Amino acid sequence: MKRKVAVIGVGLTKFGKHPKVSSRELFAEAAFKAIEDAGIDLKDIEEAFVGSFLPDVLEHQGHIAPLVIDYIGLTGIPATHTEGACASSGAAVRMGYISIASGLRDIVLVAGVEKMTDFPTSDVTEALALASDDLFEAAEGLTFPGVFALMAKAHMDKYGTTEEQMAAVAVKNHRNALFNPYAQFHKEITIETVLNSRVIAWPLKLFDCSPISDGAAVIILASEDVAKKYTDTPVWITASAQASDTIALCEREDLTTFKAARIAAEQAYKMAGVEPKDVDVAEVHDCFTIAEIIAYEDLGFCKKGEGGKLIEEGETEIGGRIPVNTSGGLKAKGHPVGATGVAQIVEVVHQLRGEAGKRQVDGAEIGLTHNVGGTGATVTVHILRR
Amino acid sequence: MEEVERLVKKYFEFVSEKKFMGLKCKSCGAYILPPKSICKKCGSKEFEWVEFSGKGSLHTFTVIHVAAKRFLNDAPFVVGVVQLEEGPRIMARIVGVDPNKPETIKTGMPLKVTFIESDEKVLLAFEPEK
Repeated sequence: MKRKVAVIGVGLTKFGKHPKVSSRELFAEAAFKAIEDAGIDLKDIEEAFVGSFLPDVLEHQGHIAPLVIDYIGLTGIPATHTEGACASSGAAVRMGYISIASGLRDIVLVAGVEKMTDFPTSDVTEALALASDDLFEAAEGLTFPGVFALMAKAHMDKYGTTEEQMAAVAVKNHRNALFNPYAQFHKEITIETVLNSRVIAWPLKLFDCSPISDGAAVIILASEDVAKKYTDTPVWITASAQASDTIALCEREDLTTFKAARIAAEQAYKMAGVEPKDVDVAEVHDCFTIAEIIAYEDLGFCKKGEGGKLIEEGETEIGGRIPVNTSGGLKAKGHPVGATGVAQIVEVVHQLRGEAGKRQVDGAEIGLTHNVGGTGATVTVHILRR
Repeated sequence: MEEVERLVKKYFEFVSEKKFMGLKCKSCGAYILPPKSICKKCGSKEFEWVEFSGKGSLHTFTVIHVAAKRFLNDAPFVVGVVQLEEGPRIMARIVGVDPNKPETIKTGMPLKVTFIESDEKVLLAFEPEK
């Protein structure tokens, strides 16, 4: 018998540059906030899952799950590190969900953390490229922005998507971030800002790319009986889905879509018993502007090929038909890669509790998160409901 | 003990000798690249190495301006997905085109295989078929 799973506490650090602050300290800040928000004691936590992508490469630190929980005074409980490139903590959410839904645990801590900004850009670029097929693709010089640039070019060729439409995603997400105190950027930009920024991987320019960031996000999950003891406003995880695909792009039939996202979305909608049109607010993985346009299509917010039109017509703005990335998204909130999956859940929880302030979507009841790992070889989709 | 043939290792040995080789499924005849331990079409594990024609067309491409550390000296350079005549696609450097004029590089353009040296290794590359 599958049990219901609630989010009873959330915590975030500000995303951005935290010079000389290590993963464990970022984690602790978010964890103490989430524990306080949930109203639980440290000793109530029965298990922890920690998503992080590059601590071993960048910080020279492995075995990060027991390390970070020890820093907040927790030892003895099982602590497991999940890694799925930029979907590392989306995968952690799913592990937390499974451990409660299965009946094994009643209170679980799920975290995402990444420390990136103390290192040179070329080192970070090299490290992120680990999420590509190293032998067959990264070894040819393909970078992470390059992966999405190849898909952008394919989408432009097949559907006539324009650089202006991609730029509009960045403009929207920067505008939303103005109202998010945790966001890395609080600066409005224009289409021209994006088009005139320097080329990173043609046709993608600097402002098509999410930034390099530090940050942590933590949520506390609980079973139904326990959740009701701690809160009158639980947010339920009604679907948790994950799928995989080839890591190598060259082996994919269609480079204008993420097959793993379509599989995970289909399973999630079925599990939650809802349709794309029922979603009131969504946090999607806009690591690059083209990725948000493809996400609209993969999640069924519009027809295949019409993602460019959807952003152009303002449908995904706050106040539009389906507000996307009210937090500012990865583009403007920031993208500490391993923290992103949990941070997306935090934003949706704020929205469903009606705590999102000036970026609040009125009456939001159903929210969705979409977390893409690397080249799309891992994708998680979660659906939440108040 | 019978020696297991390591397909990935063998592929890159061919590349280092500037030979463009791929697998052909002995059961269904499908061409396979990059190598896999099983034919995704029919499930067979019996393959033979065949030389690919080296002819194909440009499926999609990008120009890398901000490169990873090991390729900093190469930037800007073009990387593309090449649709091979035999069926599979492969990621490769695209040379003989102008990385500073991406608008002159056309998807669909015919390409032929060549090899370049970078990062102290031989890399698979394609150039426009004249």
